[in-house]
Amino acid sequence: MLIPHPLLGPRDAGEFTYLGDATLLDRPDWQSETAPQEFYDYVYTRENPPGVHRELWYHEYGDRNWIVVTRNVSTHEILGAELAQDVAKNKGTA
Amino acid sequence: MRYNALRIFKEALTGHKGWTPAWRDAEPQKNYDFIVVGGGGHGLATAYYLAKVYKKSRIALLERRWIGGGNVGRNTTIVRSNYMMHGNQPFYELSLKLWENLEQDLNFNAMMSQRGIINLFHNDAQRDAAIRRGNSILLHGSDAVILDKAGVKELYPFLNTESARFPIMGGLLQPRAGTARHDAVAWGYARGADQHGVDIIQNCEVTGFKIENGEVKGVETTRGDIMAPKIGVAVAGRSSEVMAKAGLRLPIESHVLQAFVTEGLKPILPGVITYGAGHFYISQSDKGGLVFGGNLDYYNSYAWRGNLPTVEEVVEEGISIFPNIARARVLRSWGGIMDMSMDGSPFIDQTPIKGLYFNGGWCYGGFKATPASGYCFAHLMATDTPHKVATALRLDRYKTGHMIDELGAGAQPNLH
Repeated sequence: MLIPHPLLGPRDAGEFTYLGDATLLDRPDWQSETAPQEFYDYVYTRENPPGVHRELWYHEYGDRNWIVVTRNVSTHEILGAELAQDVAKNKGTA
Repeated sequence: MRYNALRIFKEALTGHKGWTPAWRDAEPQKNYDFIVVGGGGHGLATAYYLAKVYKKSRIALLERRWIGGGNVGRNTTIVRSNYMMHGNQPFYELSLKLWENLEQDLNFNAMMSQRGIINLFHNDAQRDAAIRRGNSILLHGSDAVILDKAGVKELYPFLNTESARFPIMGGLLQPRAGTARHDAVAWGYARGADQHGVDIIQNCEVTGFKIENGEVKGVETTRGDIMAPKIGVAVAGRSSEVMAKAGLRLPIESHVLQAFVTEGLKPILPGVITYGAGHFYISQSDKGGLVFGGNLDYYNSYAWRGNLPTVEEVVEEGISIFPNIARARVLRSWGGIMDMSMDGSPFIDQTPIKGLYFNGGWCYGGFKATPASGYCFAHLMATDTPHKVATALRLDRYKTGHMIDELGAGAQPNLH
Protein backbone atom coordinates (compact mmCIF):
# COMPACT_ATOMS: atom_id res chain seq x y z
CA MET A 1 0.00 0.00 0.00
CA LEU A 2 1.11 3.54 -0.73
CA ILE A 3 -0.06 6.12 1.78
CA PRO A 4 -0.50 9.61 0.25
CA HIS A 5 1.28 11.62 2.92
CA PRO A 6 -0.16 15.18 2.90
CA LEU A 7 3.32 16.76 3.02
CA LEU A 8 5.62 14.17 1.46
CA GLY A 9 3.47 12.53 -1.21
CA PRO A 10 3.07 8.77 -1.64
CA ARG A 11 5.07 6.75 0.88
CA ASP A 12 5.28 2.96 1.37
CA ALA A 13 3.04 1.70 4.16
CA GLY A 14 6.09 -0.08 5.60
CA GLU A 15 7.40 3.31 6.78
CA PHE A 16 4.41 3.68 9.08
CA THR A 17 3.17 2.05 12.23
CA TYR A 18 -0.53 1.67 12.86
CA LEU A 19 -2.51 2.63 15.90
CA GLY A 20 -6.12 2.02 14.91
CA ASP A 21 -9.46 3.75 14.72
CA ALA A 22 -9.18 7.54 14.33
CA THR A 23 -11.91 8.01 16.95
CA LEU A 24 -8.98 7.76 19.39
CA LEU A 25 -8.58 11.50 18.67
CA ASP A 26 -11.88 12.08 20.50
CA ARG A 27 -10.86 11.55 24.09
CA PRO A 28 -13.86 11.55 26.45
CA ASP A 29 -14.30 14.14 29.19
CA TRP A 30 -12.93 12.68 32.43
CA GLN A 31 -15.29 14.85 34.46
CA SER A 32 -18.39 13.49 32.75
CA GLU A 33 -20.83 11.56 34.95
CA THR A 34 -20.55 8.58 32.64
CA ALA A 35 -16.77 8.81 32.28
CA PRO A 36 -16.01 5.18 33.30
CA GLN A 37 -18.28 3.77 30.58
CA GLU A 38 -17.05 6.32 28.04
CA PHE A 39 -13.41 5.54 28.75
CA TYR A 40 -14.08 1.80 28.60
CA ASP A 41 -15.55 2.28 25.12
CA TYR A 42 -12.77 4.69 24.14
CA VAL A 43 -10.00 2.33 25.18
CA TYR A 44 -11.42 -1.10 24.40
CA THR A 45 -14.43 -1.30 22.09
CA ARG A 46 -14.42 -0.56 18.38
CA GLU A 47 -16.90 -0.13 15.55
CA ASN A 48 -14.54 -2.18 13.35
CA PRO A 49 -16.57 -1.77 10.15
CA PRO A 50 -15.91 -3.48 6.83
CA GLY A 51 -15.58 -0.87 4.07
CA VAL A 52 -14.51 2.71 4.74
CA HIS A 53 -12.51 3.22 7.93
CA ARG A 54 -10.66 6.26 9.30
CA GLU A 55 -7.51 5.31 11.13
CA LEU A 56 -4.31 6.65 12.66
CA TRP A 57 -0.93 5.90 11.09
CA TYR A 58 2.37 7.17 12.50
CA HIS A 59 5.13 7.98 10.03
CA GLU A 60 7.75 6.46 12.27
CA TYR A 61 10.45 5.94 9.62
CA GLY A 62 9.77 9.34 8.09
CA ASP A 63 8.72 12.74 9.36
CA ARG A 64 7.05 11.37 12.53
CA ASN A 65 3.71 12.92 11.83
CA TRP A 66 0.48 11.25 12.82
CA ILE A 67 -1.73 10.84 9.75
CA VAL A 68 -5.48 10.17 9.58
CA VAL A 69 -5.90 7.81 6.66
CA THR A 70 -9.31 7.07 5.13
CA ARG A 71 -9.15 3.57 3.73
CA ASN A 72 -11.49 0.90 2.46
CA VAL A 73 -10.47 -2.02 4.64
CA SER A 74 -12.26 -4.50 2.38
CA THR A 75 -10.17 -3.59 -0.69
CA HIS A 76 -7.14 -1.75 0.79
CA GLU A 77 -8.01 1.25 -1.41
CA ILE A 78 -6.85 4.50 0.19
CA LEU A 79 -9.29 7.36 -0.21
CA GLY A 80 -7.43 10.15 1.53
CA ALA A 81 -4.92 11.20 4.16
CA GLU A 82 -4.74 14.24 6.43
CA LEU A 83 -2.38 15.35 9.16
CA ALA A 84 -3.89 14.29 12.48
CA GLN A 85 -3.07 17.73 13.94
CA ASP A 86 -5.18 19.36 11.23
CA VAL A 87 -8.07 16.99 11.92
CA ALA A 88 -7.84 17.74 15.63
CA LYS A 89 -7.60 21.51 15.06
CA ASN A 90 -10.67 21.47 12.84
CA LYS A 91 -12.55 19.63 15.56
CA GLY A 92 -11.30 22.04 18.18
CA THR A 93 -9.73 19.24 20.20
CA ALA A 94 -6.10 20.26 19.73
CA MET B 1 -22.46 -44.31 6.41
CA ARG B 2 -19.55 -45.39 8.56
CA TYR B 3 -16.13 -45.21 6.98
CA ASN B 4 -13.84 -48.21 7.47
CA ALA B 5 -11.03 -50.05 5.73
CA LEU B 6 -13.30 -52.81 4.41
CA ARG B 7 -15.60 -50.24 2.87
CA ILE B 8 -12.73 -48.42 1.18
CA PHE B 9 -11.49 -51.75 -0.20
CA LYS B 10 -14.93 -52.63 -1.51
CA GLU B 11 -15.41 -49.20 -3.11
CA ALA B 12 -11.97 -49.42 -4.70
CA LEU B 13 -13.02 -52.62 -6.42
CA THR B 14 -16.39 -51.26 -7.58
CA GLY B 15 -15.35 -47.91 -9.05
CA HIS B 16 -16.16 -45.77 -5.99
CA LYS B 17 -19.81 -45.63 -7.02
CA GLY B 18 -21.25 -46.37 -3.57
CA TRP B 19 -20.15 -43.24 -1.70
CA THR B 20 -22.93 -40.88 -0.63
CA PRO B 21 -22.65 -37.19 0.31
CA ALA B 22 -21.09 -36.72 3.75
CA TRP B 23 -23.92 -34.43 4.88
CA ARG B 24 -27.41 -33.44 3.70
CA ASP B 25 -28.00 -30.10 2.00
CA ALA B 26 -30.78 -29.09 4.40
CA GLU B 27 -33.62 -26.66 3.68
CA PRO B 28 -34.21 -24.13 6.45
CA GLN B 29 -37.22 -24.80 8.68
CA LYS B 30 -39.22 -21.97 10.29
CA ASN B 31 -38.40 -22.89 13.90
CA TYR B 32 -35.51 -24.43 15.76
CA ASP B 33 -34.42 -24.77 19.38
CA PHE B 34 -30.87 -23.70 18.60
CA ILE B 35 -29.27 -21.73 15.79
CA VAL B 36 -25.50 -21.64 15.34
CA VAL B 37 -24.39 -18.80 13.05
CA GLY B 38 -21.14 -19.55 11.23
CA GLY B 39 -20.15 -22.71 9.37
CA GLY B 40 -16.45 -22.67 10.16
CA GLY B 41 -14.64 -25.02 12.49
CA HIS B 42 -15.96 -23.48 15.68
CA GLY B 43 -19.58 -23.27 14.52
CA LEU B 44 -19.59 -26.82 13.17
CA ALA B 45 -17.97 -28.15 16.34
CA THR B 46 -20.54 -26.28 18.42
CA ALA B 47 -23.43 -27.82 16.50
CA TYR B 48 -21.83 -31.26 16.71
CA TYR B 49 -21.29 -31.18 20.48
CA LEU B 50 -24.70 -29.62 21.13
CA ALA B 51 -26.28 -32.60 19.39
CA LYS B 52 -23.93 -35.35 20.47
CA VAL B 53 -22.77 -34.48 24.00
CA TYR B 54 -25.60 -32.25 25.20
CA LYS B 55 -28.30 -34.35 23.46
CA LYS B 56 -30.08 -31.35 21.96
CA SER B 57 -32.15 -31.57 18.81
CA ARG B 58 -33.77 -29.13 16.38
CA ILE B 59 -30.44 -27.40 15.67
CA ALA B 60 -29.69 -25.32 12.59
CA LEU B 61 -26.24 -24.23 11.47
CA LEU B 62 -26.28 -21.20 9.15
CA GLU B 63 -23.37 -20.34 6.87
CA ARG B 64 -23.39 -17.34 4.56
CA ARG B 65 -21.33 -19.08 1.87
CA TRP B 66 -20.09 -22.66 2.10
CA ILE B 67 -18.95 -24.47 5.20
CA GLY B 68 -15.25 -24.43 5.92
CA GLY B 69 -14.64 -21.54 3.52
CA GLY B 70 -13.48 -19.07 6.15
CA ASN B 71 -10.63 -19.27 8.63
CA VAL B 72 -10.73 -23.05 9.06
CA GLY B 73 -9.76 -23.22 5.40
CA ARG B 74 -7.12 -20.49 5.75
CA ASN B 75 -4.69 -21.31 8.53
CA THR B 76 -1.44 -23.13 9.24
CA THR B 77 -3.08 -26.18 10.88
CA ILE B 78 -1.03 -26.20 14.11
CA VAL B 79 -2.51 -27.88 17.17
CA ARG B 80 -0.95 -27.28 20.61
CA SER B 81 -1.66 -26.48 24.23
CA ASN B 82 1.55 -24.79 25.37
CA TYR B 83 -0.10 -21.89 27.16
CA MET B 84 0.76 -20.49 30.54
CA MET B 85 -2.11 -18.43 31.93
CA HIS B 86 -4.63 -20.14 34.14
CA GLY B 87 -7.52 -18.75 32.09
CA ASN B 88 -6.06 -20.37 28.96
CA GLN B 89 -4.06 -23.53 29.63
CA PRO B 90 -6.86 -25.83 30.90
CA PHE B 91 -8.99 -24.74 27.94
CA TYR B 92 -6.33 -25.54 25.33
CA GLU B 93 -5.46 -28.78 27.12
CA LEU B 94 -9.10 -29.88 26.82
CA SER B 95 -8.83 -28.98 23.17
CA LEU B 96 -5.69 -31.08 22.68
CA LYS B 97 -7.35 -34.04 24.43
CA LEU B 98 -10.32 -33.71 22.08
CA TRP B 99 -7.95 -33.48 19.11
CA GLU B 100 -6.27 -36.70 20.19
CA ASN B 101 -9.58 -38.55 20.01
CA LEU B 102 -11.16 -36.54 17.20
CA GLU B 103 -10.83 -39.03 14.38
CA GLN B 104 -12.26 -41.91 16.41
CA ASP B 105 -15.06 -39.66 17.65
CA LEU B 106 -15.96 -38.37 14.18
CA ASN B 107 -15.11 -41.55 12.22
CA PHE B 108 -13.28 -39.21 9.86
CA ASN B 109 -9.61 -39.00 8.93
CA ALA B 110 -8.49 -35.54 10.04
CA MET B 111 -4.82 -36.51 9.55
CA MET B 112 -4.05 -35.59 13.14
CA SER B 113 -0.30 -35.87 13.47
CA GLN B 114 1.34 -35.37 16.87
CA ARG B 115 4.71 -34.37 15.47
CA GLY B 116 5.61 -32.01 18.30
CA ILE B 117 6.15 -28.27 18.43
CA ILE B 118 9.37 -26.62 19.57
CA ASN B 119 9.60 -22.96 20.58
CA LEU B 120 13.25 -21.96 20.22
CA PHE B 121 14.99 -19.59 22.62
CA HIS B 122 18.12 -17.57 22.00
CA ASN B 123 19.13 -15.87 25.24
CA ASP B 124 19.00 -16.32 29.01
CA ALA B 125 15.81 -14.32 29.50
CA GLN B 126 13.97 -16.30 26.84
CA ARG B 127 15.24 -19.55 28.39
CA ASP B 128 13.96 -18.52 31.82
CA ALA B 129 10.60 -17.59 30.33
CA ALA B 130 10.44 -20.93 28.49
CA ILE B 131 11.23 -22.86 31.69
CA ARG B 132 8.55 -20.91 33.53
CA ARG B 133 6.05 -21.61 30.78
CA GLY B 134 7.07 -25.28 30.71
CA ASN B 135 6.56 -25.58 34.47
CA SER B 136 3.17 -23.94 34.18
CA ILE B 137 2.17 -26.36 31.42
CA LEU B 138 3.28 -29.33 33.56
CA LEU B 139 1.42 -28.00 36.60
CA HIS B 140 -1.72 -27.84 34.49
CA GLY B 141 -1.30 -31.54 33.70
CA SER B 142 -0.08 -31.20 30.15
CA ASP B 143 3.29 -32.04 28.61
CA ALA B 144 6.41 -29.95 28.10
CA VAL B 145 10.13 -30.67 27.80
CA ILE B 146 13.00 -28.18 27.95
CA LEU B 147 15.73 -29.02 25.46
CA ASP B 148 19.23 -27.62 25.65
CA LYS B 149 21.31 -26.86 22.60
CA ALA B 150 22.35 -30.51 22.20
CA GLY B 151 18.74 -31.64 22.51
CA VAL B 152 17.64 -29.27 19.75
CA LYS B 153 20.57 -30.38 17.62
CA GLU B 154 19.54 -34.01 18.00
CA LEU B 155 16.01 -33.27 16.75
CA TYR B 156 16.97 -30.77 14.06
CA PRO B 157 20.65 -31.24 13.13
CA PHE B 158 20.53 -28.57 10.41
CA LEU B 159 19.58 -25.70 12.73
CA ASN B 160 22.38 -23.22 13.27
CA THR B 161 23.17 -23.13 16.98
CA GLU B 162 26.54 -21.42 16.69
CA SER B 163 27.17 -18.69 14.14
CA ALA B 164 23.70 -17.31 13.37
CA ARG B 165 22.71 -13.76 14.23
CA PHE B 166 20.57 -15.28 17.00
CA PRO B 167 22.27 -18.57 17.97
CA ILE B 168 19.85 -21.15 19.32
CA MET B 169 20.30 -21.96 23.02
CA GLY B 170 17.53 -24.50 23.31
CA GLY B 171 13.81 -24.89 23.04
CA LEU B 172 10.54 -25.67 24.79
CA LEU B 173 9.11 -28.81 23.23
CA GLN B 174 5.53 -30.00 23.49
CA PRO B 175 5.65 -33.54 22.07
CA ARG B 176 1.83 -34.01 21.96
CA ALA B 177 1.33 -30.94 19.79
CA GLY B 178 1.24 -31.25 16.03
CA THR B 179 -0.87 -30.58 12.99
CA ALA B 180 -4.23 -31.67 11.58
CA ARG B 181 -5.82 -31.45 8.15
CA HIS B 182 -7.88 -28.25 8.41
CA ASP B 183 -10.46 -29.00 5.71
CA ALA B 184 -11.03 -32.50 7.06
CA VAL B 185 -11.74 -31.02 10.48
CA ALA B 186 -14.57 -28.94 9.01
CA TRP B 187 -15.89 -31.80 6.91
CA GLY B 188 -15.65 -34.29 9.77
CA TYR B 189 -17.57 -32.04 12.14
CA ALA B 190 -20.15 -31.27 9.44
CA ARG B 191 -20.70 -34.96 8.78
CA GLY B 192 -20.87 -35.74 12.50
CA ALA B 193 -23.32 -32.92 13.17
CA ASP B 194 -25.48 -33.99 10.24
CA GLN B 195 -25.56 -37.58 11.49
CA HIS B 196 -26.85 -36.26 14.81
CA GLY B 197 -29.67 -34.39 13.07
CA VAL B 198 -28.25 -30.88 12.70
CA ASP B 199 -29.54 -29.01 9.63
CA ILE B 200 -26.51 -27.54 7.88
CA ILE B 201 -27.79 -24.64 5.79
CA GLN B 202 -25.31 -23.07 3.38
CA ASN B 203 -25.63 -19.88 1.30
CA CYS B 204 -27.74 -18.44 4.09
CA GLU B 205 -26.44 -15.10 5.34
CA VAL B 206 -27.73 -13.65 8.59
CA THR B 207 -28.83 -10.09 7.82
CA GLY B 208 -30.43 -9.19 11.15
CA PHE B 209 -31.63 -10.39 14.53
CA LYS B 210 -35.19 -10.42 15.83
CA ILE B 211 -34.98 -9.03 19.33
CA GLU B 212 -37.97 -8.28 21.58
CA ASN B 213 -37.70 -6.84 25.09
CA GLY B 214 -34.03 -7.73 25.30
CA GLU B 215 -34.58 -11.34 24.22
CA VAL B 216 -33.52 -12.82 20.94
CA LYS B 217 -36.31 -14.58 19.02
CA GLY B 218 -34.71 -15.42 15.71
CA VAL B 219 -32.64 -14.28 12.79
CA GLU B 220 -33.41 -12.64 9.45
CA THR B 221 -31.52 -14.34 6.66
CA THR B 222 -31.22 -14.23 2.89
CA ARG B 223 -33.37 -17.37 2.93
CA GLY B 224 -36.12 -15.98 5.15
CA ASP B 225 -36.66 -15.59 8.88
CA ILE B 226 -35.64 -18.47 11.12
CA MET B 227 -36.80 -18.48 14.72
CA ALA B 228 -35.07 -19.96 17.78
CA PRO B 229 -34.86 -18.98 21.46
CA LYS B 230 -31.11 -19.65 21.61
CA ILE B 231 -28.71 -18.34 19.02
CA GLY B 232 -24.94 -18.68 19.12
CA VAL B 233 -22.69 -16.61 16.87
CA ALA B 234 -19.28 -18.09 15.94
CA VAL B 235 -18.14 -16.08 12.92
CA ALA B 236 -14.64 -15.03 13.96
CA GLY B 237 -13.19 -12.50 11.54
CA ARG B 238 -16.57 -10.92 11.00
CA SER B 239 -17.77 -10.90 14.61
CA SER B 240 -18.02 -7.11 14.79
CA GLU B 241 -20.12 -6.97 11.64
CA VAL B 242 -22.58 -9.68 12.70
CA MET B 243 -22.91 -8.62 16.34
CA ALA B 244 -23.45 -5.00 15.24
CA LYS B 245 -26.70 -6.24 13.67
CA ALA B 246 -27.78 -7.06 17.24
CA GLY B 247 -26.66 -3.61 18.40
CA LEU B 248 -23.55 -4.84 20.20
CA ARG B 249 -20.11 -3.24 20.02
CA LEU B 250 -17.17 -5.53 20.74
CA PRO B 251 -13.59 -5.13 22.01
CA ILE B 252 -12.37 -6.50 18.68
CA GLU B 253 -10.57 -5.29 15.56
CA SER B 254 -10.34 -7.39 12.38
CA HIS B 255 -6.82 -7.87 11.04
CA VAL B 256 -5.27 -9.97 8.29
CA LEU B 257 -2.71 -12.70 8.92
CA GLN B 258 -0.83 -14.08 5.95
CA ALA B 259 0.52 -17.59 5.52
CA PHE B 260 2.58 -19.24 2.83
CA VAL B 261 3.29 -22.65 1.37
CA THR B 262 6.21 -23.70 -0.80
CA GLU B 263 6.45 -26.32 -3.52
CA GLY B 264 6.63 -29.91 -2.30
CA LEU B 265 10.03 -30.90 -0.93
CA LYS B 266 11.46 -34.10 0.47
CA PRO B 267 10.92 -34.46 4.23
CA ILE B 268 13.14 -32.00 6.07
CA LEU B 269 11.01 -30.86 8.99
CA PRO B 270 9.55 -33.61 11.16
CA GLY B 271 7.75 -31.23 13.52
CA VAL B 272 6.63 -27.66 14.01
CA ILE B 273 9.26 -25.03 14.81
CA THR B 274 8.68 -21.52 16.09
CA TYR B 275 11.51 -19.02 16.02
CA GLY B 276 11.93 -17.08 19.23
CA ALA B 277 14.12 -14.27 17.92
CA GLY B 278 11.43 -13.10 15.54
CA HIS B 279 7.91 -14.31 15.05
CA PHE B 280 8.05 -17.13 12.56
CA TYR B 281 6.57 -20.62 12.59
CA ILE B 282 6.98 -23.43 10.11
CA SER B 283 5.96 -27.01 9.53
CA GLN B 284 5.95 -29.36 6.58
CA SER B 285 2.68 -30.64 5.21
CA ASP B 286 2.09 -34.29 4.38
CA LYS B 287 2.40 -33.35 0.71
CA GLY B 288 5.86 -31.88 1.37
CA GLY B 289 5.12 -28.17 1.17
CA LEU B 290 6.64 -25.99 3.85
CA VAL B 291 3.81 -24.13 5.56
CA PHE B 292 4.89 -20.97 7.33
CA GLY B 293 3.77 -17.62 8.65
CA GLY B 294 4.71 -14.78 10.94
CA ASN B 295 3.19 -11.60 12.22
CA LEU B 296 -0.08 -9.92 11.37
CA ASP B 297 -0.11 -7.12 8.82
CA TYR B 298 -1.14 -4.96 11.82
CA TYR B 299 -3.92 -2.85 10.42
CA ASN B 300 -7.66 -3.33 10.13
CA SER B 301 -8.55 -5.45 7.14
CA TYR B 302 -11.41 -7.48 5.77
CA ALA B 303 -9.61 -8.01 2.45
CA TRP B 304 -8.46 -11.65 2.79
CA ARG B 305 -5.10 -10.68 1.39
CA GLY B 306 -2.12 -8.86 2.85
CA ASN B 307 0.58 -6.55 1.65
CA LEU B 308 4.19 -7.01 0.64
CA PRO B 309 6.09 -5.49 3.60
CA THR B 310 4.85 -8.34 5.80
CA VAL B 311 5.69 -10.94 3.14
CA GLU B 312 9.22 -9.57 3.05
CA GLU B 313 9.53 -9.62 6.83
CA VAL B 314 8.23 -13.18 7.20
CA VAL B 315 10.50 -14.50 4.46
CA GLU B 316 13.51 -12.66 5.92
CA GLU B 317 12.88 -14.20 9.32
CA GLY B 318 12.43 -17.62 7.78
CA ILE B 319 15.66 -17.47 5.86
CA SER B 320 17.57 -16.12 8.84
CA ILE B 321 16.87 -19.38 10.65
CA PHE B 322 16.60 -21.77 7.67
CA PRO B 323 19.04 -20.51 5.01
CA ASN B 324 18.55 -23.88 3.30
CA ILE B 325 14.99 -22.99 2.23
CA ALA B 326 16.00 -19.77 0.49
CA ARG B 327 15.57 -21.27 -2.95
CA ALA B 328 12.27 -23.04 -2.29
CA ARG B 329 9.56 -21.42 -4.39
CA VAL B 330 6.51 -20.12 -2.59
CA LEU B 331 3.52 -21.55 -4.42
CA ARG B 332 0.70 -19.88 -2.55
CA SER B 333 0.07 -17.26 0.05
CA TRP B 334 -3.21 -16.44 1.65
CA GLY B 335 -4.66 -14.12 4.24
CA GLY B 336 -7.19 -14.94 6.90
CA ILE B 337 -9.25 -12.30 8.67
CA MET B 338 -9.11 -12.60 12.40
CA ASP B 339 -10.76 -11.03 15.39
CA MET B 340 -7.97 -9.33 17.29
CA SER B 341 -9.17 -8.91 20.84
CA MET B 342 -7.60 -6.35 23.14
CA ASP B 343 -5.56 -8.82 25.19
CA GLY B 344 -5.02 -11.49 22.54
CA SER B 345 -7.42 -13.98 24.17
CA PRO B 346 -10.86 -15.16 23.05
CA PHE B 347 -14.45 -14.85 24.25
CA ILE B 348 -17.07 -17.53 24.89
CA ASP B 349 -19.86 -15.75 26.69
CA GLN B 350 -23.48 -14.74 26.97
CA THR B 351 -24.33 -11.28 25.66
CA PRO B 352 -26.54 -8.66 27.29
CA ILE B 353 -29.31 -9.94 24.99
CA LYS B 354 -31.03 -12.99 26.48
CA GLY B 355 -30.60 -16.10 24.37
CA LEU B 356 -27.82 -14.59 22.26
CA TYR B 357 -24.37 -16.13 22.78
CA PHE B 358 -21.03 -15.05 21.41
CA ASN B 359 -17.91 -16.99 20.46
CA GLY B 360 -15.06 -15.00 18.91
CA GLY B 361 -11.91 -12.99 19.43
CA TRP B 362 -9.68 -15.95 18.58
CA CYS B 363 -6.91 -13.72 17.24
CA TYR B 364 -4.47 -15.88 15.26
CA GLY B 365 -5.02 -18.99 17.39
CA GLY B 366 -8.46 -20.26 16.51
CA PHE B 367 -7.59 -23.50 14.75
CA LYS B 368 -6.05 -25.32 17.71
CA ALA B 369 -9.01 -24.26 19.82
CA THR B 370 -11.66 -25.67 17.48
CA PRO B 371 -12.78 -28.73 19.49
CA ALA B 372 -12.77 -27.08 22.93
CA SER B 373 -14.32 -23.92 21.55
CA GLY B 374 -17.21 -25.92 20.13
CA TYR B 375 -17.48 -28.04 23.28
CA CYS B 376 -17.52 -25.07 25.67
CA PHE B 377 -19.82 -22.99 23.48
CA ALA B 378 -22.25 -25.91 23.25
CA HIS B 379 -22.04 -26.27 27.04
CA LEU B 380 -22.84 -22.57 27.49
CA MET B 381 -25.75 -22.64 25.05
CA ALA B 382 -27.19 -25.86 26.48
CA THR B 383 -26.84 -25.08 30.18
CA ASP B 384 -26.55 -21.27 30.41
CA THR B 385 -23.45 -21.72 32.57
CA PRO B 386 -19.86 -21.46 31.32
CA HIS B 387 -17.89 -24.68 30.97
CA LYS B 388 -15.39 -24.94 33.84
CA VAL B 389 -12.37 -24.42 31.55
CA ALA B 390 -13.90 -21.37 29.85
CA THR B 391 -15.00 -19.31 32.85
CA ALA B 392 -12.38 -16.63 32.22
CA LEU B 393 -13.30 -15.98 28.59
CA ARG B 394 -15.74 -13.19 29.44
CA LEU B 395 -16.75 -10.29 27.22
CA ASP B 396 -16.59 -7.75 30.04
CA ARG B 397 -13.16 -8.71 31.35
CA TYR B 398 -11.57 -5.40 30.35
CA LYS B 399 -14.15 -3.56 32.37
CA THR B 400 -13.59 -5.74 35.42
CA GLY B 401 -9.80 -5.87 35.06
CA HIS B 402 -9.53 -9.62 34.37
CA MET B 403 -7.53 -9.57 31.15
CA ILE B 404 -5.82 -12.72 29.94
CA ASP B 405 -2.67 -11.24 28.48
CA GLU B 406 -0.89 -14.46 27.51
CA LEU B 407 1.82 -12.66 25.58
CA GLY B 408 2.43 -10.09 28.31
CA ALA B 409 2.28 -7.44 25.61
CA GLY B 410 -0.42 -5.11 26.85
CA ALA B 411 -3.92 -4.12 26.10
CA GLN B 412 -4.15 -3.36 22.37
CA PRO B 413 -4.47 -5.55 19.30
CA ASN B 414 -1.47 -3.93 17.63
CA LEU B 415 0.71 -5.28 20.42
CA HIS B 416 -0.31 -8.92 19.97
